[in-house]
Amino acid sequence: MLRKATETGPAGDLTSPAGTGTTNNVRNTASKASRNGRKPGGGGADPARRPLPSRLRRDWPLLLMTLPAAGLLLVFHYVPLLGNVIAFQDYSPYVGFKDSPFVGFSNFQWLLADQSFWDATLNTLSITAFQLVFYFPVPIALAILLDSVVRPRLRLLIQGIVYMPHFFSWVLVVTLFQQMFGGAGLISQILRDHGHKGVELMTNPDTFLLLVTAETVWKDAGWGTIIFLAALAAIDQNLYEAAAVDGASRWKRMWHITLPGLRPVIILLLILRLGEALNVGFEQFFLQRDAVGREAAEVLDTFVYWRTLTTGEWSYGAAAGLVKGLVGLLLILVANKVAHRFGEQGIYKRS
Amino acid sequence: MTTTTSRPAWDEAPRLAGRLAKNLTLTLIAACVVFPVYMVVLTSLSTQETVTRAGGLVWVPGELSFAAYGELFSGGVVTRAVVVSLAVTAVGTAISLSVTVLAAYGLSRPGSLFHRPLLFMILLTFLFGPGMIPNYLLVSSLGLIDSYWSLILPGAVSAFNLVVMRAFFMNIPGEMTDSARVDGAGEFRILWRIVLPVSKGVIAVIGLFYAVGYWNSFFNAVLYLNDASKWPLQVVLRQYVLQGQSLIVGQTSDTIAGHPLPPSLAIQMSIVTVALIPVLFVYPFVQRHFTKGVIIGAVKG
Repeated sequence: MLRKATETGPAGDLTSPAGTGTTNNVRNTASKASRNGRKPGGGGADPARRPLPSRLRRDWPLLLMTLPAAGLLLVFHYVPLLGNVIAFQDYSPYVGFKDSPFVGFSNFQWLLADQSFWDATLNTLSITAFQLVFYFPVPIALAILLDSVVRPRLRLLIQGIVYMPHFFSWVLVVTLFQQMFGGAGLISQILRDHGHKGVELMTNPDTFLLLVTAETVWKDAGWGTIIFLAALAAIDQNLYEAAAVDGASRWKRMWHITLPGLRPVIILLLILRLGEALNVGFEQFFLQRDAVGREAAEVLDTFVYWRTLTTGEWSYGAAAGLVKGLVGLLLILVANKVAHRFGEQGIYKRS
Repeated sequence: MTTTTSRPAWDEAPRLAGRLAKNLTLTLIAACVVFPVYMVVLTSLSTQETVTRAGGLVWVPGELSFAAYGELFSGGVVTRAVVVSLAVTAVGTAISLSVTVLAAYGLSRPGSLFHRPLLFMILLTFLFGPGMIPNYLLVSSLGLIDSYWSLILPGAVSAFNLVVMRAFFMNIPGEMTDSARVDGAGEFRILWRIVLPVSKGVIAVIGLFYAVGYWNSFFNAVLYLNDASKWPLQVVLRQYVLQGQSLIVGQTSDTIAGHPLPPSLAIQMSIVTVALIPVLFVYPFVQRHFTKGVIIGAVKG
């Protein structure tokens, strides 16, 4: 995961600052862990070779700085990670971790025989599949459209507008959709004014897939363009010029230059999305589960919540969470293998 | 970002039909975002009469009134929720941002002591989350149920934000810090005097990410706060607007004295507006940094 950090040359050997917008730079930033050091440690000697007390004397302020973050992650990430042990127990809060009896894999057996677990899995996967087709291309198209806006101020304005819903909470987004498409919402209101029957899209399980995808598009498609805009900016403008001089039309240039230029990013994001197939977001479904019903809106995360916190079956919920986490991890690892196979970087480097 | 101010010479001018289609599409897309927000804000500012005439949401401005806001902020559930949300956002962002800046700087020098294990520990959190139930049990065993700290501490550090900021710090030219070090400045001094002043953009963006996260924090509150009087705004918004429970905010002398109650839709929409406002106001100041490439690396997560 972490390629050995190579030492840089002399201190004067600097690379370009952030944000120069070249493909290379975008790629580099992705390989978070594997950057070369920009600031060689004191005096140019290889720091790794210095004895520990001397390194400690030199680096203790850096360690002190890292301590709060490391401590918080330790307590609120790694300690609960160990808490997953209750998935193998018949845990009761009154008895505690130590004294709850171990039951082996019986929680998992129970889980795999549970129809509602498989229903939730199926819902999750069908939402992922649907959004792959109907959400995934939207930011790409939007980015190409935005990129064609030549006037910088207008472009900044439109970018500002389409990025904004990303910063709204899901409660807010669902509320806005309810005000538009709900039984008492704007669309129904207009239909009724014209003598039609109102529509009720917020409680209709049959159209739920469409609804959640529309919500996701509204909230995140604009924000999703950022990465594609960066990739578009990195395409060599000379290619366009040469093509134009050779008489290629606008559409031809898009097909033969723009899309091939975006291909690496598209493949990367596609693979990453597949690795996250079990994550469709939690709050969006939690908020709408009551209105639409369990059959359509139960996803794996909400399944864990409702099966555990409303019944007190802690071990069962932890087992479900663990299965989801492990399958998710497996998918990410597979996705990265595939990414490497395609010659892309994935989220971490081949070590 | 290409910021060419004009069309390059080789590029033929687009045809009229194409230009019209493009402008129409862009206008429609922008309207899809702006229009709902506009209607919500307008309805919250309308009088009962206007709302009744419109039969629901108002999109033609009629008579305006701040009655709904007066009602909301006359004390009661929403007032308290706004105070809670503001406080959690302020304290949480301050904590998260300081911790993240410190750690990002502390890890910005490969080859420093324990650099690799610490970085590995932070990056590993990307791959596997502990899950909802163990988190809940931890928070509960720390005695944080019904404490506002339960909204702040569990998500105080985002490994993602940390990595973005670290990448930015590492791109700061080494000469700047080296000369200070030769002059005998300590690491804290270098961070404060040299690194932070040139990192305002990335700090603004990461600060916005954290602040928005805290302001929008909803599920943690549902999970960890049983006491309804402690709920932040997002939970109240869900309760009274999304689920349409009746809101008894205004049992003040005003309403008892026989003043007309503001329309309930206007009250609902004013809660929505209150939830929107901080984002609408803070966002434009930070937006310009988005395009400066600060987060291009970030999105590449």
